[in-house]
Amino acid sequence: MSNTPADAAQPSAAREVLTAAEIDRALTRIAHEIVETTKGGQDLVLLGIPSRGVHLAARLAEKLEAITGRPAAEILGSLDVTLYRDDLRHSATRTPAPTLVPPAGVDAMTVVLVDDVLYSGRTIRAALDALNDLGRPGIVRLAVLVDRGHRELPIRADHVGKNLPTSKNESVRVELTESDGADRVLITDRAETKGSAL
Amino acid sequence: MRHLLDTVHLSREDAIRILDVAETMSDVSGREVKKLPALRGRTVVNLFFEDSTRTRISFEAAAKRLSADVINFSAKGSSVSKGESLKDTAQTLQAIGADAVVIRHPASGAAQRLARTDWIDAAIVNAGDGTHAHPTQALLDALTLRRELAARAGVDPTGRGLDGARVVIVGDVLHSRVARSDVWLMHTLGARVTLVAPPTLLPVGVETWPCDVEYNLDAALATGPDAVMMLRVQAERMHGAFFPSVAEYSRRWGLNEHRLGLLTPEAIIMHPGPMNRGLEISAAAADSPRSRVLAQVANGVAVRMAVLYLVLSGAPSTEGA
Amino acid sequence: MTSYLIRNASLLGGEATDLLLRDGLIEAVAAGGTLSAGDAEVIEAEGLVALPGLVDPHTHLREPGREDAETVETGTRAAAKGGYTAVAAMANSLPVADTAGVVEQVWGLGRESGWVDVHPVGAVTVGLEGKALAELGAMAESRAQVRMFSDDGHCVSDPVLMRRALEYVKAYDGVVAQHAQEPRLTEGAQMNEGIVSAELGLPGWPAVAEEAIIARDVLLTEHVGSRLHVCHVSTAGSVEILRWAKARGVNVTAEVTPHHLLLTDELVREYDPVYKVNPPLRTAADVEALRAAVADGTIDCIGTDHAPHPTEAKECEWAAAAMGMTGLETALPVVQHALVDTGLITWEDVARIMSATPATIARMEGQGRPLAAGEPANVTLVDPSATTVVNPDTHATKGRNSPYRGMSLPGAVSHVFFQGKQTVRGGELVHSSTAAKAEA
Repeated sequence: MSNTPADAAQPSAAREVLTAAEIDRALTRIAHEIVETTKGGQDLVLLGIPSRGVHLAARLAEKLEAITGRPAAEILGSLDVTLYRDDLRHSATRTPAPTLVPPAGVDAMTVVLVDDVLYSGRTIRAALDALNDLGRPGIVRLAVLVDRGHRELPIRADHVGKNLPTSKNESVRVELTESDGADRVLITDRAETKGSAL
Repeated sequence: MRHLLDTVHLSREDAIRILDVAETMSDVSGREVKKLPALRGRTVVNLFFEDSTRTRISFEAAAKRLSADVINFSAKGSSVSKGESLKDTAQTLQAIGADAVVIRHPASGAAQRLARTDWIDAAIVNAGDGTHAHPTQALLDALTLRRELAARAGVDPTGRGLDGARVVIVGDVLHSRVARSDVWLMHTLGARVTLVAPPTLLPVGVETWPCDVEYNLDAALATGPDAVMMLRVQAERMHGAFFPSVAEYSRRWGLNEHRLGLLTPEAIIMHPGPMNRGLEISAAAADSPRSRVLAQVANGVAVRMAVLYLVLSGAPSTEGA
Repeated sequence: MTSYLIRNASLLGGEATDLLLRDGLIEAVAAGGTLSAGDAEVIEAEGLVALPGLVDPHTHLREPGREDAETVETGTRAAAKGGYTAVAAMANSLPVADTAGVVEQVWGLGRESGWVDVHPVGAVTVGLEGKALAELGAMAESRAQVRMFSDDGHCVSDPVLMRRALEYVKAYDGVVAQHAQEPRLTEGAQMNEGIVSAELGLPGWPAVAEEAIIARDVLLTEHVGSRLHVCHVSTAGSVEILRWAKARGVNVTAEVTPHHLLLTDELVREYDPVYKVNPPLRTAADVEALRAAVADGTIDCIGTDHAPHPTEAKECEWAAAAMGMTGLETALPVVQHALVDTGLITWEDVARIMSATPATIARMEGQGRPLAAGEPANVTLVDPSATTVVNPDTHATKGRNSPYRGMSLPGAVSHVFFQGKQTVRGGELVHSSTAAKAEA
């Protein structure tokens, strides 16, 4: 069993497309959009998709707390989609991460799925299946930091930090302080980051 | 992970990974929809050459919760009892298209034989081979103990081993595949294991195992273990001059009420089942709040889900040993 | 009959020597390059070691009864390829070789095959059951002239029966070859009892089960003044007991198999039944003690315990597999590797432990004789500088159960002469008229 983490990108080949400040501004904007579309954040649940979606959801929850006063812990959760993926036999074995649902559950709630990069749409397809097994949300929305195009399924995001036109030969790498030591979004050549572009 | 054959060759990293995945699987067992689509379209064959309803239904539940198709192949009443060889059975399962074979066999090494020969390509999970190994039992024991230790320390068990834990395993070590698998796994995970048994029920060579050996149960209990695991004493041992009488065994190596009182307040009692009440374990011990026997059964499903998931996911080229 | 001039062979590993073989005898032996060939065919043997034809005191030819595993024909071909000119065929055939009829049948099949002398071993007890003595006298006086008796595969565990057998064979200058295995201590035993068996969960075959029987039997042998041969000695403790017995003057001889001189129980860890054998592979310390015992003469000879089995007997789980390994075609390379190349013994010693002594123990006339003028022309030429990767699929035996598959071993049998006719040439069997007839 080998855990295959994303290979480290060569700094020389990586191009920074979002800075830390830009990431923060994008998240602030998304937080405001969520408040608007949910009428002040009523019945809201934020579910981050591991691993970086969980960090982004936590940041969004804090920003929402600042806006609405509702404690982040009451609305924040995580949704692991590993066991719902359609590519389990085609990539390295993935270790599932915990799924944590806030105390109020998901039934009849407005659930916002949070992920770092929207690409083929397959992760979100898996997330919708996983969510379905947890309960019956009222509304499901999708927030992503980066939409890089090349969708393979009829899925679109409701809140996008930045639309980023890319080539399929490139991969988008979101780095966050919590997991990578700093905030930035990079575009690298695909060969160097096999397995991390989703 | 291609196969799971024993715990001797299981690294700490892999063992913890299995336990961590099992924790995730365990969460699924607690919710309304207990099914995951992870192994949809995959076929798991439970190939049982020995009767063991408990282990079989545990594997069956695990495979079904992961949406695998399950085929139960019991050697009783099958062509195996008419002299079909293990090789022919394996090749039949290969032709049927088994993706994983969960094998229970009275011969030590049978699982390894399936894994090492070219008879079948499927992932092999050892569900108990002779007196050799029973790795999923050891893993569920470790999961049970790890959760206990984490709860006591108020921490998340994920990512942890059993470092510093003291485990006493009591009984027929000689004929026990559970004891063998427990000793190595718990040692790998950082626990200190003490085997307690009459000298006749310890194998020659046990002194080289990564554990302590003690003949006196009271002395072992006096060291304040975190867990006491009682092994089943099988009826046929009573006729092999391994010990003079059931009564003497029970007096010296049984977990009776008096010994229950010697345990530290936090110590738990485990048993791989089925129990011989009144022989190796008193009713008071079996039914005490310290007993984790039912937790072990529940954890068995989670561990087996984790193992089936790990041997059946991942592209062949990216799999390690 | 063709005559052969073996030119410049290293005689028992020594000086270059010419040997002239004619009419089934060694006609002349002289310094290398000094004999003239005349009408004899010349075998250039420079670099080859000349040994007396090898003698195996312990072979399982399986015929009658288990012709799917081996026949006298295939087994003796394997023997010839391995450098042998005589084998003792163990009694555990079906029916058991416990009557004059069966031993004469095996003896006759051996003569027909024409590759080596086949000396049937007679069973000690009826049906190898350890209950009643077989008709040892009838077998001894049959055309097969049986001198070695053994229940090999089973121990003559009853001490009274063993005593009687030892006493009775004195009348025929016979020897009881004991398979030393205390049956109660080895019920269900699957491998050497020790560190590896404990870990693998396989029922152990303790060394003491062999040693206890050897200790008992050397004392019985001393008591009744008979002759005992101990088959396939496998433990360091057995060596100690034999050393003690020999020092006391007990008339005991002992053999060791090539596999016990090289392989250990560590090989069982993969549960591949090709390593399942009885007595089982022991520890490295036992291997070392056995090698030393051959070197110091405590162990007298090499017996292959060649035990061919059909493929299905090994293509199964360990517990269900048959015990035994083939050995005739790998014995000499293993002995060279384990004993000669390690400096423990010389080629002269090889001639003693693989030819002269086993022939004497089993009372095989015309075998194990010195390479001297007037002696029977049983000669094996071995190339000690050759290296062979063992491939059991190319072996002459029907058995494919060689534990040496893929192993690189030194030494190769180049030429073998049996009663003056060539049975092996350039490592391959020579299908002479006799053999061809037998094959037809």
